Formats: sequence, structure tokens, C-alpha cells
Amino acid sequence: MENRKGSVQVRGLWVDLAEFHLREINLDVAAGEYFVILGPTGGGKTVLLEAIAGLHQLRKGRILLDGEDVTGLPPEQRGIGFVYQDYMLFPHLSVAGNIAFGLELRRMDRQVIEERVTEMSQLLGIGHLMHRRPVTLSGGEQQRVALARALVVEPRLLLLDEPLSALDPGMREGLQRELGRLHRELGTTTIHVTHDFEEAVALGDRIAVVHEGRVVQVGSPEEIFRKPGSEFVARFVGVRNIFRGELHPGEDGYQTLSLNGIQIAVVTELSGRVHASIRPEDIVLSQEPLRSSARNSFRGRIVDIADRGVVVYVTVRVPGALRSDFICMITRRSLEEMGLREGLEVYTAFKASTVHVF
Amino acid sequence: MRALFANKMRASFVVLGSLLILFIAWPLLRTVTASSPVLLWQTLLDEEVRDSIGLTFTASLVATVIAFVCGVPLAYLLARADFPGKWLVEGIIDVPIVVPHSAVGIALLMTLGRRTLLGQAFGLFGIKFVSAAPGIVAAMLFVSLSFLVNAAREGFEAVDPRLERVARTLGASPWQSFWRVSFPLAWRSILSGIILMWARGLSEFGAIVILAYHPMVAPVLLYERFESFGLNYSRPVATLMILICLATFVALRLTAGRKTESGE
Repeated sequence: MENRKGSVQVRGLWVDLAEFHLREINLDVAAGEYFVILGPTGGGKTVLLEAIAGLHQLRKGRILLDGEDVTGLPPEQRGIGFVYQDYMLFPHLSVAGNIAFGLELRRMDRQVIEERVTEMSQLLGIGHLMHRRPVTLSGGEQQRVALARALVVEPRLLLLDEPLSALDPGMREGLQRELGRLHRELGTTTIHVTHDFEEAVALGDRIAVVHEGRVVQVGSPEEIFRKPGSEFVARFVGVRNIFRGELHPGEDGYQTLSLNGIQIAVVTELSGRVHASIRPEDIVLSQEPLRSSARNSFRGRIVDIADRGVVVYVTVRVPGALRSDFICMITRRSLEEMGLREGLEVYTAFKASTVHVF
Repeated sequence: MRALFANKMRASFVVLGSLLILFIAWPLLRTVTASSPVLLWQTLLDEEVRDSIGLTFTASLVATVIAFVCGVPLAYLLARADFPGKWLVEGIIDVPIVVPHSAVGIALLMTLGRRTLLGQAFGLFGIKFVSAAPGIVAAMLFVSLSFLVNAAREGFEAVDPRLERVARTLGASPWQSFWRVSFPLAWRSILSGIILMWARGLSEFGAIVILAYHPMVAPVLLYERFESFGLNYSRPVATLMILICLATFVALRLTAGRKTESGE
């Protein structure tokens, strides 16, 4: 087996195309890392991936793979797998033909090809589709075939260009978990481009935020949303409550999510270690415990009040919930009516159904 | 059928369109039915007729092969690359469609004639164009290559360049990605261009009659018999040609259609 874990360094990369320009891009991706490039649609993220794969001429800059300078190498000699948002399966070949494409180019033995295609298709759960034509497949199936086709040649680096964006929401969640599982099982260094923050948080070891052809911040998902480095990142990421925790079966159709010492009731079909997000406007603040249908209620202390004009963000620290401050959005009017100030004890409440688990 | 006569406008369009169809079909039908099968059989036994039909088919085939070898790469470039002067190249490809074919004959005579540079250069290899089969091929190539190049270009334009890029990342060289991805996907268009060009070559008269009256291709033979012996004597040849061309055209269309249907 080839080394599936290449490290990547991008040094001062400039690309000029008619519609897109990349400016002075620097990236360091460790071997085996799942690295997410996050940014608004149309920001040149696809061009960046294509440039790393060797599909565009650079104006300036170098690309190193495992420390080896590959800037001058044509794409076929780089050992970089590429998966496009809309799959780009070869329409004239069967699913098996698509997956075997790269192996056949390497003039491998028929039998070896067959074994590896079978093995890869089983890993991706598409074994039953081998003789179908790509046009007859659903989006999720097509994306699995595209992944199998890219992975079967054992690339040093896998590039995923918005791999989940073309899928409907149900499929998206499944395939997102699949990507995580594949990465754990194969360990291939992966660069994943997306405009979806939650996708980035769920999958990325680290995230690079790209804006107008430049990298504006690189860091762990937590760093990005807790300490946005610029106005743009703060706006793009938005104000959110994002937690990581473990799911346990609960009662009445609810599950319990334990995070850093507190338990939250949630509604989800997932299990195991997950992320959860709660929108600040979905959390209700009160000075007395509320009798309401909200399953989740916690007592805490106000540690910060951020005035944003009409609305105010109130940060409440719940004892025992490490690094899990709740940010709540209320109107300036209710802030004044309730007489909230820093240090005051309050109750937060939110419904289990408002917690998005991913 | 009902959709054709859905309202008065459509009904009148049907009448107008039918006039045109009739205008093509009626003369063809008249010619085909005018000669008795016995007469047609006798014409087919005429060695001069058979030779000229054979020559026509072969010459057009050779012209098509030449256009395929050079024209498919050109079509690919036109579909994929932007370069200065591209508009000029595209214009040149379309010129043969708009110039009178007899003028093409004169132009070719002036470049491939015995005393010209090219004519003498080819003469060294024993190839002459005037009054010879290579001249017929040259004339057919000139007047019909646009069909093949344009069809192939449209075929390549319909192939997403990202399919080629994926092929490259999977280890394909530019040649391999062309032969394994772009070409098979554009094949349907290319094939229809081949059929169109070949059929167009069969029917060429104007350029050939000036560059190479002899050996006679079928359209020239037909013209000569009409000039020398009149309508009655030339009609069976016309009938035969129309029938053969229609038959091959339909046969090729059908096989081309079927092949790509199962290939998709």
C-alpha cells in the first residue's frame, strides 16, 4: 500500500483566472489531518483545490507534498484524489468501470483490479450498484461512487469540493458521517471545501476560513467560532452555541446529550459523539424557573452582555458546564424590563427540538 | 398527431411545412418510380456505371478518413482552447459551405495543378490531382470537411472539462484522458459528422467537374449522359444513385442511433 497520509504545504500561492483570483495562499496540512476550507460560495475555493491538484497554472507559489515540491508535476503524477460537488462520474462507464478507471491506467492485473474495486465498493456500501450506469443513481450513490473512484488508487491526499452541497438534507447527514468514518478507517489526508459552518465543525480537525481569495483565519473549529479573527469571520460564522458531547438513550423519544457536566434533552436519530448547536434566539431567559414545555432549563450567572443595537447577546455561565457558556439573544426592551446585568443569576430554557444535533 | 392541429395557427404551419416536404419527396419519388426494375438492373450491369459508383464511394471515404485524422484534433482544440485568431480559424472552417463549388474547383486547380508548387511536389511521389482520383478526394475533402469538424466540435463542447480533470487526477495522461473520456463521450456527434460528410462527398459535382472530369464519379457520369444522350438515357443512373445514397444514409443513421443508445 502506498502512503495514504501525505502532508501538504502551500506556499505563497497566486492564481489568476478570468473569474477567480487567489492571493498569497499559505496552508499547512498535517499528514492524516482532515482539513476544512470554509468560505462563502464563489470565493475561489474550488480553484484552490484544482490548483493543489495541478489543474491550474500558478502565477506564483509552490506546493509541497510530503516535503517534495510538486509544483511542476502534472496532475497524473501527484497522487491526489479529487471529488467534485456534482460527482463527475464518467457517463459512458458502469459504476465498476468508473471505480476501476484509475487502476486500469496503472495496467494492473485484471484480478487485482477486480479485488480492489470490490473491496472499495464494500467499504462504501455500493457493492450492489456495480453494473448500473451513473445516470440511474441517486445523488448520494453517485457521490459514494466518486469517493470510491478517488480512493481506490490510494491517493496521498484527497480533495473534496463541496461534497455534500448537492445532496438533499437527509442524504447529506448520512454521507457526512460516512466521510468521517472513511477518514478514520483509511486515514487519508483530506482537504474538504465547504460553505457550511456546521459541516466544517463536524468534520474538520482544523478549519481555514477563506474570503475573497485569501486565507483569513486558520484554527480548530472551537477557535474559529469562539475567537473569530476578523469582522468577516464573526459575521460569516455567526453567533452560535456549539457544543460537543456524547449521546445516551433517554425516555419518551428523547436522547440525553452529556456535555462537560450537564445533560441536555435532544431529539435525534444519531448516536455516539456528536455536535449540537442552539440558536441564540431559541434560548429563553427568565429570573424565575419557568413552567413551560421546554425540556431543558439551567440556572446560571450572566458573565457578559453584548449590545448589538436592537438586540442584545447575553452570555450565561452554567455552573458545572465547562466551556459551555450559553449565548442568548433578547431584545433591548426585554433586557431593560428584566433589569438584567452582569453577575445576576438567571434561568435559561430551550426546547429539545431546537437543539440541532450533527 | 392532435398536437399538430391544436389550433388554426398550427394547422396553417402544417400546410406550409408540408409544401416543403412534398417539394423534396415528390421529385425523388418521381425519379425512383420512373425506371422499371429491369432497366435499373441493366444499368447496374453497365461496367462504366458500377466503376463510377465505386469510385465515388471510395473517394468520399478517403476524404472522410483524412478529415477525421486532422479534423477531430482541430475540433477538440476549438472546443477547449481559447487563442488569438480563433474566430478566423472558425471562419475558415465554414468557408467551404458558402463559396460556389465550381469556384472551389478553380481554386484547387490553381494550387494542385501540374505546374504548381504543390502539384509538382506531390508529382515526385507519383500523385497527380488533375484528372485523377486524388483530385476527386481533394475536391470532396474541401467542400465537406466543415460538416465533420463542426459536428465533432459540438460533441467535445458537450463534454464537461471537469470529467477530463478527474481523469487526470486518477492518473491519466492528456492522451489517455482524451481517448478514454473525451473521445468516447463525443463519439455520437463525431459519427453523425462522419456520415454527413461522407454523404456530402458522394454528391459533390461542381468542384470535381473542374479538377477531375475523368475518371468520372457518379454525378459527373450522370451529367455527361444527360448532355450527350438526353433525359431518358440518364434517368436510370439518377434513380440508381438516389436509391443507393438513400439506402446507405438510412442504414448508417440507424446503426449509429442504435449503437449510441445501448452505449448510454
